[in-house]
Amino acid sequence: MARKAKKTTGKRKAAKQNKRTKAPRRLSAKSDRLTKTGRRTGAKPAKRAAAKTDKRIKATRRAKAKPTRRVRPDGRAQAKRAPAKRAPGRSGGKKPTFMGWRRKNGRVGIRNHVIILPLDDLSNAASESVANNIKGTMAIPHSYGRLQFGEDLELHFRTLIGTGSNPNVAAVVVIGIEPEWTGRVVRGIAKTGKPVIGFAIEKHGDIKTIANASRKAKEYLQWASERERQKCQVKDLWVSVKCGESDTTSGLASNPTVGNFIDKFDAWGATTCFGETSEITGAELICAERGKTKKIGQKFLDTWQAYMDEVIEPYKTDDLSDSQPTKGNIEGGLTTIEEKAFGNLEKIGKKTRYIDVLGPAETPRKGPGLYFMDSSSAAAECVTLQAAAGFVVHLFPTGQGNIIGNPIEPVIKLSANPRTVRTMGEHVDLDVSGILRREMTLNKAGEALIDITMRTCNGRLTAAETLGHREFVLTKLYRSA
Amino acid sequence: MAAPHYIVHDKTDSVGVIVVEGVKKGQMLTGWVMQGNKTVRMKCLNAIPIGHKIALRPMKKDDTVLKYGHDIGKAVAAIKKGGHVHTQNLKTKRW
Repeated sequence: MARKAKKTTGKRKAAKQNKRTKAPRRLSAKSDRLTKTGRRTGAKPAKRAAAKTDKRIKATRRAKAKPTRRVRPDGRAQAKRAPAKRAPGRSGGKKPTFMGWRRKNGRVGIRNHVIILPLDDLSNAASESVANNIKGTMAIPHSYGRLQFGEDLELHFRTLIGTGSNPNVAAVVVIGIEPEWTGRVVRGIAKTGKPVIGFAIEKHGDIKTIANASRKAKEYLQWASERERQKCQVKDLWVSVKCGESDTTSGLASNPTVGNFIDKFDAWGATTCFGETSEITGAELICAERGKTKKIGQKFLDTWQAYMDEVIEPYKTDDLSDSQPTKGNIEGGLTTIEEKAFGNLEKIGKKTRYIDVLGPAETPRKGPGLYFMDSSSAAAECVTLQAAAGFVVHLFPTGQGNIIGNPIEPVIKLSANPRTVRTMGEHVDLDVSGILRREMTLNKAGEALIDITMRTCNGRLTAAETLGHREFVLTKLYRSA
Repeated sequence: MAAPHYIVHDKTDSVGVIVVEGVKKGQMLTGWVMQGNKTVRMKCLNAIPIGHKIALRPMKKDDTVLKYGHDIGKAVAAIKKGGHVHTQNLKTKRW
């Protein structure tokens, strides 16, 4: 039925969607078709020819240069790498490449997850049962999805559809209490061309739904496990950044390291994103100057001002010194929001200018470049929104040791605080404390961050992934009806 | 190039950041001013934890405190050169 839905359009698709409660057998046929025709079937004819040539060249190259890859049962292909060979090229400023999954819509993922996505809080239990039945799939439970309305509901859909559409996700099983909204999420994700199906619990109950959804999840997982990685370029990569539990070492070293990375990746045509509306307070005019044009800078200022007027002013009970900076920030030596803001802004580098301002979970539409996203400064909320906008790898500098992860977007942590690196080492992917001892230049630190990022793109699990950090936190704009 | 005890972002800044653990009261500290790559020295008046700020010059109440070359708030008490700068004597001008 998933296949049918994709062939039909508009309202007819909507009608079909609602009936999708029994797991059809047909998808296996679709899977075979996908396997045969490859990932480029969605490309325009002109591009397709080029892609074919491309693919041939890549295939030859791969046969010569790449060692064999082993596809793990969970679908993560692990490439045997030779980092020592690649290192000299990178230190010379050469553009790195990585092995990613190119999806039907052209976007590139660095993970190959099959997710079980609940529409609402009620469907968490069934979703988790499916993920427990089918090893290697992942449920993404959350707290909302009932009685939301208006802009808040739109954001809910945008976040769920965006999460399912993220190229780190190979296929999606959506489970909801009723078929209408479940179908809306399924249709949204189906636009990417990836396998997706919805199951509604009403009129079936949890147990039958779990059984049907599990069969489908198994098909998807086996299909996904045969997708192969291919060589991809930096311009294929969407990188988001956000810091957490910052301290003064963040502004001195780990944030500027991310900034160095952003300046390099921007020049190489990557798509990047920063956010944290409240945390730019004090540096908002400096941030506005970093817009590509005055108009874009003004768009940022308007967004920041709207947040101040609509959220801070009506709800604040004090001067927010008890919340922003956080208690952890203050313990780490940050005193004021202005100080935190200037440190925060170090993440966007010295020369990169943002080309647009995005709403929460909004996908960039203006091509490669840096984007600002209107978002909370709370780590899990912000990264969840960035992942839903389509970003596939996250750089997360921390001072005091924020331990956040995300279910679908690997979060790479770096820290320059020697105490954090010593006491919380298992959470830190890259130690840049050498900058503070004058043992490491910012440029070297930036290169080291590029190296760990490319290794992560090639399959290295981040500290947060190994520790099971899958914080998925939906942003709620106001109370439900 | 010895590892510094404190680092200053901008040469106009009125505070620096302690970047080593265990700085003691009365200790002679070596600082690194990143802008212009200069090494400086100063005596520390308090035991200041890693990450916390040290005053590079004396400040009066209501003086603007500069870091990154920018206004990061105002002194809410007089601060001596070499003293610990934090929530007890520095506050935001916002919110």
